[in-house]
Amino acid sequence: MTRYTRRNALAALGAGAATAALPALAQTKAGEPLQIGFVYVSPIGDAGWTFQHDTARKAMEKALSGKVVTKYIENVPEGADAERVIRELASSGNTLIFTTSFGYMNPTIKVAQAFPKHKFEHATGYKTSKNVGIYNARFYEGRYLAGMVAGKMSKSGVAGYVAAFPIPEVVMGINAFTRGMRVTNPKAEVKVVWVNSWFDPGKETEATNTLVSQGADVVTHHTDSPATMQAAEAKKIHAIAYHSDMSKYGPNAQLTAVTHHWTDYYTRVAQSVLDGKWAPDNVWGGLKEGMIKLAPFNKVVPADVQETVNRAEAEIKAGKLHPFTGPMKDNAGKERLAAGKTISDGDLQKMDYYVEGVVGKLPSSK
Amino acid sequence: MHLRLEARTEPSRLARWLSPLVATFAVLVIGFVLFAAMGKDPWFALYTFFIDPVDTRYDVGELLLKASPLMLCAVGLAAGYRANVWNIGAEGQLVLGAVAGGGVALAFHDSTSPLVLPLMLVAGVAGGMLWAAIPALLRTRFNANEILVSLMLVYVASLVLSLLVHGAWRDPEGFNFPQSKLFSDSALLPNLIPETRLNVGFLIALVVVGVAWLFMRRSLTGYQMRVAGLAPAAANYAGVSAARTVWLGMLIGGACAGLAGVGEVAGPIGQLMPVVSPGYGFAAIIVAFVGRLHPVGIVFASLLMSLLYLGGEAAQMKLALPSSVTGLFQGTLLLFLLAADVFIHYRLRVVRRPAPVAHGA
Repeated sequence: MTRYTRRNALAALGAGAATAALPALAQTKAGEPLQIGFVYVSPIGDAGWTFQHDTARKAMEKALSGKVVTKYIENVPEGADAERVIRELASSGNTLIFTTSFGYMNPTIKVAQAFPKHKFEHATGYKTSKNVGIYNARFYEGRYLAGMVAGKMSKSGVAGYVAAFPIPEVVMGINAFTRGMRVTNPKAEVKVVWVNSWFDPGKETEATNTLVSQGADVVTHHTDSPATMQAAEAKKIHAIAYHSDMSKYGPNAQLTAVTHHWTDYYTRVAQSVLDGKWAPDNVWGGLKEGMIKLAPFNKVVPADVQETVNRAEAEIKAGKLHPFTGPMKDNAGKERLAAGKTISDGDLQKMDYYVEGVVGKLPSSK
Repeated sequence: MHLRLEARTEPSRLARWLSPLVATFAVLVIGFVLFAAMGKDPWFALYTFFIDPVDTRYDVGELLLKASPLMLCAVGLAAGYRANVWNIGAEGQLVLGAVAGGGVALAFHDSTSPLVLPLMLVAGVAGGMLWAAIPALLRTRFNANEILVSLMLVYVASLVLSLLVHGAWRDPEGFNFPQSKLFSDSALLPNLIPETRLNVGFLIALVVVGVAWLFMRRSLTGYQMRVAGLAPAAANYAGVSAARTVWLGMLIGGACAGLAGVGEVAGPIGQLMPVVSPGYGFAAIIVAFVGRLHPVGIVFASLLMSLLYLGGEAAQMKLALPSSVTGLFQGTLLLFLLAADVFIHYRLRVVRRPAPVAHGA
């Protein structure tokens, strides 16, 4: 079996893309705005994953005012319905379509085959084709910085992590957070509670309370709702938000937030389609590209901590610091990276172990 | 003066025919007001909701495709409901059907045998029945409430599926993402109409509906189940075993839901994912009642429900309405349909009474 990564999968398909790109150019008639469709996995709400995508959609529409028209469909379940929704968007004239959840991967590829002249952009997946590009963000870079803040601010040295599903992306975030936390407090521990849902405020609240009763005095989450933040506010502990700045839900609790920013990317992609220069790509941007940012620090975070974190941020942006640089052991003691080695993107995308400092065992790891 | 609902001595024929018409009219009025209040052209909005989703061949295919699992689950549930067996867990039975059928597909991934698909269907039915057997057993043995048990098992079923796609059945080439391999062609239901996603599953659903109708109307067992529902004491007196009724009611529901589940994974999904149904098993409860627990009614009700789903998407796309508004409109329609049925068995009476004496209203 060939081990294949996102990058060489793209390379294999790249050859096809070069020949197919030519006839695909002349499809937006001059003067007519480019129609762009968005598919969202949850309701937009006012914080979270989908909210950030929708904020970017609006900002892009504003930036390219008059040149693009956007449409969106929210709350589209991953599964049998996704294909129809994507197809409907395509057949009603949206020639550029962003599908913003992992579970839309196979439907996106299928519809893209039926609409070879349309362009598709799928978030967080790994399959590309001659008219499907993929994009994602290096969320872990922000997580690492968040961990550094947590390490400085936690008195108990225990952080709590409310997580959705044990997929590489979430595991990578937990690990990056833990490594960041151990930079500022080498003895720090991270406890994880899995809620098996991206959005379940009830379970997220319960999970947060459980973590607090297990000694966590800083919590963070990889779920969509502000419930963790609200629970932290109620328990008078600190929290680090994810996806969106949630300071309005936890004005005292929120230390900072790891926030997602898609505006620049969406604007760039739409512009390249307008210019007839679009080609499928595999984009994985981070702090440097502005896809990930830290929200302003709470005033309780001391100036020296802010400074330390800002310095690390600058180093990551400059490419001098990678959160997963050896020596790195997993939490069973096995060496995963030798001293000085940096993890490859391929290994990162398949991460299925906890690093040293995370308490417990990863569900369903073999 | 106040209004009072009074039981009719016999169901009103007129109300039976009038009820859906009145409900539809009321919904149109509400829709008109709602859409106008949202600043949309109400005519265009109603067109988008009810006509736009079915104006091409592909759209009609989608309508029937989405109606199939609803039809299957609802017709199975109705058989139980007629007999006072309250299976609320069709969603879980559907998931287990998908797991069992999907398991067969993955086990024979490299096989091109034409037997793979039939085997998957049988496994799906068996999976659904197995899941329904648990509440049946607990009900008949320990008198545990089947509503609660079947409902709670929905969550267990989705965790079973989750466990498998995160672990043993995860696609080894899928970057640890929780999905199985894509099924091979021999494990997919053949297409029915070219250029649509409609597959043979729809025909299977129709056949099941036909069989269900024959069973309930023409078989002795079906008759006994209906009697057990209408008059449990009489059925008992006539020697109809209550336990047998429970078992039949649950197993029929489970079998149909399991078939719907395998139909989804062998049809439009084509693999196992952590979520295989957007709540068909729950929506089917509404479908069963909107269809008045009658197989033919259920066919129409499932088409309506499917249309509502598609209309909701079209309204989001064409009218830029948020999904909560489309959900509101869908809920209103179903509420009116069910509420209007009250007048089949009840009449509204205006009661004039002298001022109440001692009671303070």
